[in-house]
Amino acid sequence: MTRESVSWPTTATNSLLQSIVTTARAIFASAAASIFVVDDMTGELVFRAVAGEGAGELVGRRFAADTGIAGWVIQTGQPMLVSDLSSTSIFSRSAAESTGFVPDTILAAPLLGADRCLGVLEVLDPTAGQRGRLADVDLLALFAEQATIALAVVQEATTLGSGPFERPWPGGWEATISRIPAHRAAAAREVIVAVEGFLAEDLEAGQ
Amino acid sequence: MNPGVTEAFRPAVPAWGAVAQDVPQLRVDDLVLSAPCRAEWSPDGGRGVRVCVVDGGVASDHPRIGPVEETVAIVADASGALHVEPDSEGDRTGHGTACASIIRSIAPACELSSVKVLSSGLRGSGAALTRGLEWAIERRFDVINLSLSTRNPALSDHLHALADRAYFQRTVVVASAHNFAVRSIPWTFSAVVSVASHDGEHARGHLYNDEPPVEFFAPGVAVDVAWLGGGSISATGNSFAAPYVAGLCARLMGAYRQLTPFEIKALLYRSARNVTKGSA
Repeated sequence: MTRESVSWPTTATNSLLQSIVTTARAIFASAAASIFVVDDMTGELVFRAVAGEGAGELVGRRFAADTGIAGWVIQTGQPMLVSDLSSTSIFSRSAAESTGFVPDTILAAPLLGADRCLGVLEVLDPTAGQRGRLADVDLLALFAEQATIALAVVQEATTLGSGPFERPWPGGWEATISRIPAHRAAAAREVIVAVEGFLAEDLEAGQ
Repeated sequence: MNPGVTEAFRPAVPAWGAVAQDVPQLRVDDLVLSAPCRAEWSPDGGRGVRVCVVDGGVASDHPRIGPVEETVAIVADASGALHVEPDSEGDRTGHGTACASIIRSIAPACELSSVKVLSSGLRGSGAALTRGLEWAIERRFDVINLSLSTRNPALSDHLHALADRAYFQRTVVVASAHNFAVRSIPWTFSAVVSVASHDGEHARGHLYNDEPPVEFFAPGVAVDVAWLGGGSISATGNSFAAPYVAGLCARLMGAYRQLTPFEIKALLYRSARNVTKGSA
């Protein structure tokens, strides 16, 4: 196993991102929702989480970050709501080629990092509701903020070089254990030490 | 004359002040003093007014855009230095084209130009935005539409200076507010015309906001805009409210040349649909 594959921040972040798109899709009653993340090495956008149309096939797929709606959002750092897309040939063609799905409406919000745009959260074909379009943009912004925080967590953990249980909970386990009945606290510590040792072996094997 | 004394010195008058009887009387057309409806502003639709779209480029071959006088791009070389070059790529995302189409629809006879400050290589680069705005100001465009902003505080001083320079040389900068509740510039500067969306129909026109930094609201929801490939889409966002006001500014300047940004703001205020005669 690689260090990244056992890293709880990445695993938890992926789970959170998937939860965000799943929830966004439900809230907007949309055909799909997805999160793209910018690959700083290649300048491409990478599907990181998908719910609805394309789920299961699109994660990991890449495309240029300077074209289309996503490119628009990435470069401007602004959310966008556009519709009547299926009637525009150029959009339909590129969408069909890249995802196999041609939406008519896209609601997209940037994932705004501290100094740059980290990615895009898109909702495809949201159902028009009571909120109104501007309110829809505001609501999507809340989800985008959650996704940004999730990405910032893994970025911070990677920057600090933390292992699965090194930094995030220093002292945290003890604080938790302190609330466990004393006769069970010792056993809890033994379990934690054993798990840490187990994962440490995996990390060494994977390096 | 003492070389250390500037021409602004007048005895018994504060620096840069004026003697009242020496202040020139300005004869202003009654149409300007009243609250003109937009139809009376430049029946020629902004003819002779030079408008620059600082954005991601403009698709000059789009039927809704019409003639584009000049298209340039901010390009970074290997060292990261920024240069102004002819735009060979054009608009790859559609944002600039959409904004330009709105301006064209409001001021059909204006002279449109474009400076591209967005590209994959310049992602998040407020420096490119700043350089592009600087170029447009140096070229003394009458109206500059900036449906963009930057969150980089290091650029604040430079952008502030540019906004002031534009203001005092009679270049109107129309800037859209960010769609998120984030701190960004330069739409928050008092020297620019700052615009955000209202959710009313296009016919609702523009509205004045007496709670700055946004000064005006303009149609920005489900706006019919030009899109890549010669088509059109419906778009929502503050980005599409600013060019509406930029178009109005072009129409105003087409009718009344040499208006200052201050006067233009005043006219926009007086013609706002929510500003009517009567006591508070």
